[in-house]
Amino acid sequence: MSTQSVPQQFPIPGMDPSTASTNRRYKSLGLIAVDDSRPGTSLEIPKVALHDISLSYRTQSGERLLALDKINLQVQAGEFVCIVGPSGCGKSTLLHLIAGLHSQTSGEITVDGKPVQGPGTDRILIFQEHGLFPWLTVGENVEFGMKMKGIPKAQREDKVRYYLKLVHLAKFEKSYIHQLSGGMRQRVAIARALATEPDVLLMDEPFAALDAQTRDLLHDELERIWSETGRTIIFVTHNVREAVRLGDRVVLLTFRPGRVKSQFPIDLPRPRHLEDPSVALTARDVLAELREEINRSLEAEYNAGVKPHIEPGVSA
Amino acid sequence: MKRAARFIIFYAALFGLWTLLAELKIWPPYLFPTPWGVGEALYNGFADHTYWIAIRVSMMRVLLGYGISVVLGMILGLGVASNKFLEETMGGLLVSLQSLPSICWWPLALLWFGLNQNAILFVVIMGSLLSVTLAMEDGRKQMPKIFGQAGRNLGAKGFKLFWYVLLPASLPFIVSGLKQGWAFAWRSLITAEMLYLSLGLGQVLMMGRDLNDMSAVIAVMLLIIALGYIVDGIVFKSMERHLQNKWGLTPAS
Repeated sequence: MSTQSVPQQFPIPGMDPSTASTNRRYKSLGLIAVDDSRPGTSLEIPKVALHDISLSYRTQSGERLLALDKINLQVQAGEFVCIVGPSGCGKSTLLHLIAGLHSQTSGEITVDGKPVQGPGTDRILIFQEHGLFPWLTVGENVEFGMKMKGIPKAQREDKVRYYLKLVHLAKFEKSYIHQLSGGMRQRVAIARALATEPDVLLMDEPFAALDAQTRDLLHDELERIWSETGRTIIFVTHNVREAVRLGDRVVLLTFRPGRVKSQFPIDLPRPRHLEDPSVALTARDVLAELREEINRSLEAEYNAGVKPHIEPGVSA
Repeated sequence: MKRAARFIIFYAALFGLWTLLAELKIWPPYLFPTPWGVGEALYNGFADHTYWIAIRVSMMRVLLGYGISVVLGMILGLGVASNKFLEETMGGLLVSLQSLPSICWWPLALLWFGLNQNAILFVVIMGSLLSVTLAMEDGRKQMPKIFGQAGRNLGAKGFKLFWYVLLPASLPFIVSGLKQGWAFAWRSLITAEMLYLSLGLGQVLMMGRDLNDMSAVIAVMLLIIALGYIVDGIVFKSMERHLQNKWGLTPAS
């Protein structure tokens, strides 16, 4: 179940497909600062590895609930992994654990082979909504992580301009968050995350609250940004089509307790589209397995009065 | 336009009624002065610098006391909000202390500090500290948790997390508490100043009583109202408006 393969490489026009290392390939575009000489960035050690991650917590009625059960997962550098599962499978919680915002009950998470201890700017989480700071302008939001790192002002301004351009929001640097549409806000969130130059982007249902057209557009943009910057992306969604459209690999979690049920490598050529027949076909396979879990979650909801939407620390 | 008209009519009527009652001389002038008498008292007070000095002294005191309250209150409130033990123990104490009128601290302050500035300052702080603390605690709880998570995720921790994330994130939720704290500080100050030769507005007010000068009493009362209103209406209103613009909050109507 946990055997991984190097992600399927997709052809980029004008690129030499024989390039061995994904990292090197993106680096050759001159767009990212992936340092091959740094220990742990080589392909032998996975970018992110989860070893036997379990999480249990006490519900309000006092009983212990196992939310995640011995999750093993390895994500290679530059890989785009989508995690799907029914509500309450703990997929968002899993991202919070990787981000270091919460601690697992047992097991170990490593990034470049080193255990995760608390939050770090090498892993940036993009929330479903409201993650931006409304008291700052768009530019100041994007600048925030760099400011915390103590990067000098002039350098920050350049980066802000670069990343806002990358998400097509250069004109909105001085706007406040409430003046933007939902799709624009998520683009700011992506720019803010990228500006701290993380190795890993953790995306927690980032497009769930958007309308369909905006979402399609952002899928295209995310795919482009990913191929331009070469970040590792772990993307959580309940939308199977979205997962198949975006991911190199789709990981399916079971309903509570969350376990890795199966993994689907997605070898479809890029760029993909949501309405590609091949995407729909692949999604159907994934959905068939997911449906069992959804049924289990519905059963639980009807029967014991278990509220499947409680996930520790994820809801506000 | 309509609003301005109503405003003018209301105050003109009030002024007229006052003049009428005073001119009818139902009560002797030293108990019920005319508007002109009060105006003259105001003019004299400013002309001989008494009021200027009093305003300066009172404002300095309230700014110092309120400033200390805000800093202490924010630390306290944040502590109570983020620590379960403190919340369960000190939370209740803070709420119960708030039912104590601040001037009740005066005897204690006199014994501790003696009859001086510090005693007044203490009363001012005790008057406003609790509302700032409770507002901060409440604001910290109402503030969406996601801001703190996003801040930590982006590398903010410790004081930076507080200064750049938690404080600005909770401001819209605490601004009304800060305003209330200001009102309490101002009231406590005037009360305390009335109790001894303090040079402040409170003392000038009492001086009017001692001299049986009702015009002066009312003049100082008007001054106290005006100063409190200016701070409330200008400082806090613009702060609220600024926050609403940034956050895109619609003003409560």
